Order: sequence, then structure tokens, then C-alpha cells
Amino acid sequence: MSDEALETEEFEFAKIKPVLVDPLIDNNPIILQVLGICSALAVTSQMITALIMSIALTSVVAGSNAAIALVRNHTPASIRIIVQMTIIASLVIVVDQILKAVAYDISKQLSVFVGLIITNCIVMGRAEAYAMQNPPLPSFFDGLGNGLGYSLILMTVAVIRELFGSGSLFGVEILPLVKNGGWYEPNGLLLLPPSAFFIIGLLIWAVRTFKPKQREVPEFKILPAHGEVA
Amino acid sequence: MSKVRAFLDRIHPLFVKGGRYEKLYPLYEMVDTFLYWPADVAPNPVHVRDALDLKRVMVYVWLATFPAIFVALYNTGYQANQAMQALGMETIPNWRGAVMDWFGYNPANPISCLMHGALYFFPVYIVTFVVGGLWEALFALVRKHEINEGFFVTSILFALSLPPSIPLWQVALGISFGVVLGKEVYGGTGKNFLNPALTGRAFLFFAYPAYMTGDTIWTAVDGYSAATPLALGAEGGLAAIQMAGYSWGQTFFGFMPGSMGETSTLAILLGAIFLLYTGVASYRIMAGVLIGVIATSVLFNLIGSATNPMFSLPWYWHLTIGSLAFATVFMATDPVSAAMTDAGRWIFGILIGVMTILIRVVNPAFPEGAMLAVLFANIFAPLIDYFVIQANIRRRAKRNV
Repeated sequence: MSDEALETEEFEFAKIKPVLVDPLIDNNPIILQVLGICSALAVTSQMITALIMSIALTSVVAGSNAAIALVRNHTPASIRIIVQMTIIASLVIVVDQILKAVAYDISKQLSVFVGLIITNCIVMGRAEAYAMQNPPLPSFFDGLGNGLGYSLILMTVAVIRELFGSGSLFGVEILPLVKNGGWYEPNGLLLLPPSAFFIIGLLIWAVRTFKPKQREVPEFKILPAHGEVA
Repeated sequence: MSKVRAFLDRIHPLFVKGGRYEKLYPLYEMVDTFLYWPADVAPNPVHVRDALDLKRVMVYVWLATFPAIFVALYNTGYQANQAMQALGMETIPNWRGAVMDWFGYNPANPISCLMHGALYFFPVYIVTFVVGGLWEALFALVRKHEINEGFFVTSILFALSLPPSIPLWQVALGISFGVVLGKEVYGGTGKNFLNPALTGRAFLFFAYPAYMTGDTIWTAVDGYSAATPLALGAEGGLAAIQMAGYSWGQTFFGFMPGSMGETSTLAILLGAIFLLYTGVASYRIMAGVLIGVIATSVLFNLIGSATNPMFSLPWYWHLTIGSLAFATVFMATDPVSAAMTDAGRWIFGILIGVMTILIRVVNPAFPEGAMLAVLFANIFAPLIDYFVIQANIRRRAKRNV
């Protein structure tokens, strides 16, 4: 792509801003589209793993979006999924190898979940829904925005789970535990993956209360009982 | 009584639309319809399914737990007094001691046992009732629906299913989870698919396992360790239970450590008879559980195992130890979260029975399976009903074509 094209796109940053900001709350991949739940349940019991996972996914989705957008006009529609998968898989392998090189312990804790970014619905979804129709730069920002939206939810869930489940943040004790002579009795449920379901569910409830636009139309309505105000 | 009616009528205008306390109407409605017949008339063509309304159903279940409450008070105190005698303790070093010094700590004295138990059971029950009731009222006020007597049942079942030594803040947390996430998020009474009392208990079970399982929590005395017969059975089968001095009669009458209201099969049986006589609980569910338990445990008896002593435990022991009887009579028969079709209720019950014994015998992680089995079956209840209804439709279609 020529420098000129890049410049004109950068010039219109006002157009890119919604692409970057919308996925944070208004069109969040986890709490509105309910994608990427699997890793959100699996890696959020500690903040450090959630943070590394967020960075890994954000860089993969931003990179893959930009790369797929670059070749979008040369990709035949019939094999586009294979092309997308190849690009995404290459990026995931790079990220996985970097993690193993610089943060081996954490990469062991994350185990298969970095590799599973390949099948993450957010990455594939953005490639199909955005990168195939838009130029590289907006695609990059779309990937970045969605990655940050994912990270925002992951970090929120991880703060709640680590603080109340282990009494610490990033491994630093905040609430002194009973077994260490403090007063806080850690909540074991928060260390189990199902607790992330409850927390994400409550987050969705809270966000939809403040942003009624996100509410779905109910499929049916139960008739009011006696004494109830319809 | 007429004075009460007159008073309610006088304050009525304050609570209707436009009145000063319009927002508090659900509270007024709760008191009014608890004491008197509702004045509403049906605006549309009516279809009455039963003369018994929700309020009476719930109050009947509440009444049916009274024998279990009585034994809960007596047995909790009895176990505690016995433990204190064994440890040679003279008094309790907290506020309970100040009260109990008046009554003594003699396990042979029923008044002392009842009082001692009451000092453990009623704080738990009051906390359950106040905290859960606040959530109920809050949701009723915000959503503008009536406050439901369902909570009477939820609160008493939740309190009875807890061990006596449970810290009160955990009780508050558990019932909050049960009421809010087990019931209210789905729209309130009648729209929940899990039993709220069990949801709350399961939350505590997984969140604070140190306070909900083990050998030290079943007796309300600090530092006293007494395994429940169920735990003994998991260790060494029937021989271990009998070696610890528990006869079948003792476990049937409920003189053993355990969750407060779940020890006495006899008291629970009395409640069951009342529920069946008044037609509140489904006999199909209870019979289904019995069939499931007996069939599965007899099967395990026949298979036998050299390494797992639970395989050989007879079915009539399974029924009296642990919380199976309580779960069968009070938890499984919850009309909201159980299956709704008659054939479905048999399947639902059998599923609970089979799962309970499976978890007890072959799962090494959890000693008791009744709570998890009921929650498991709750999740399957709509599916069971769906297939029963589909089968019914198919059968009738064939007959008429």
C-alpha cells in the first residue's frame, strides 16, 4: 500500500475512532456478542494470566485483521477461511513461542489456551465480519478495539476472582487471609471456572441496565398475575 | 380481627396508585393477603386448577418442617452437650455460655438440649430470614410484584440444611446467592429452574468447603471432631458405622451429628405424611427417589467391591444417613423446580435416587450426593417434561389418525 493511502486514512482518524471505541462497551465481544467465553472462564482466576492472555489475544486479532485485510482482494471466496486460518495460526504460533521464551511459567499456566486463540470466535469473527471488507488500517484498529474490549472484561472478571478468591491482586496480598493470621476467608467458588459465568452474567445484567439499547426483545411475555401492575 | 380488617382498609388508600406509599404496595399486599382472602375477581374467563393457592401451599410446606425443626433443636443441643461432656468443658466461652449456664449442659436433660440447640439454630434461621427477606422485598418493590410466601419455605429449608457451626456471615452470603441468583434473576417465584435453598447451600459448599464438609463442623463445639455416619461409611462401610456405636434405629430417629434438620428420618417422615395427605407434595417424586435409591444400592450390593466399602451398604441405611431423606421430601418435591408432568415426576425422582447413590458410592470427591443430585435433576426437569409431552402428543396423534 502506498504512503499516500496510509496518510489519508490516518487523516480520517475521526472515522476510525468509533471502530476502536465501540467494542469496549457498546459492542463488546464478550458481554454483547457473547463470544470468547471459553478462555474468559479458564484464565481469569489470576490477574497475571488474564493480563498475558489479553495481550496475546489483542496482538493476534489486531495483527490477523491487518494481514487478512491486506490480502482480502486476492483471496478467492471459496478458500478464504483456510487463508484466514493460516494467517491466524501463524500469528498464534509466534505469540506462543515468544511467551515460552520470555515468560515460561505463565505460558505453562495458560497451557492450551494460547494455542486455542486460533479457534477463538472473536478472531475469526472479526476477520470475516470486518477485515474482509475494509482496508488494513481500519481493520487493525477494529482488531485492536475488539481485543481491548475482550481484555477489559477479562481484567474485570480477574480482579473480582483474584481479590475475593485469593485475597490478592497480581499475587500481592490485599485482603489478609485467615490462614496467614488475617481476617479474610477466601471464597473457593471464585477459583472454580463456573464463577466466571456468574460474574460475566452479572456484568451483562449491569451493563444492560445502564444501556437499555443492548437489551434483547423478549421472545414472549408472561401475562400479569393478580395484583401485579402490568 | 375486624379491627385489623378496619385498620387495613383505612390505610389502603395510602398504598394504591397515587397514594403516599405507592411504592410499598407489595408489602401492604403481603400482609393483607396473608391475613385475609384476596378481594380480586377474575376479569377474564377463569380456569381453576386447584382450590389450593400458592400461599397455602407454601405455608403447608413450612408447617411440615416443624417436626424436623424440633429434632434439629434437640439433636444439635444433645450432640453439643455430649461433646462438651466428652471434652470435659464446663461452659461455652461466648454469649451462648451466659444463657446456657442457667440450663446446664446435661445431655440427659431435654430442656438443656433444646435450649442449646435453639441458641445455634435460631441465629442461623433469623439471619436467613432477615437477609433473604430483604432481597425478596427489594426485588418485589423494584419489579412491582407481590412478595411471595415461597420464601418462608426457602428460608427454613436453607437453615435446616446447614451444619450447626456455620458462621453467620456465610449464612447471609449463601441465602443472598440462593435468592438472587437461584431465583430472582430468572424473574422470581415460579420462574426459577433451580431450588433456591439448595442453590444457596451449593454455593456455600463450593465456596467454603472447610465449613461445609469434614469431621469437625457437625457438632456445635469448637475443636470437637465427630464424623457423620455417612463419612464413616465412606471410610469403612457398615462395619465402621456400627463400630462407632450407631445403630440403624439411632440414625432413623436422628441422634447423630449432621446438618441441623437432616438427621432425623422419623421427623422428616412425619412431614412427608402431612405433605402427601394435604396433596402439596408429589408422591410420584418421593416414590421415584425410593425406587432409584433401592435399585441402585441393591445393584451395587450385588456387584460388590474389594476396595470400596460403600458398595456393600444396604439401601435402608442409605435412607437414614446423610441428607437423602430431607432432600427427597422437601427439596426434590419443590413444585417449581421439579418436573411438572406425572410421568416426568417418576423419571425425575428415579434420576435423583440413582445419582445420589452413584455420587455417594463411586465418586470419591463428595461424601454426600443428595444435594448435587437434586440440582442435577432440576436442570433436567424441563427436558424430561418436554419428552413426556412429545410422547403424549405422538400417542394421541396415532390414536386419532
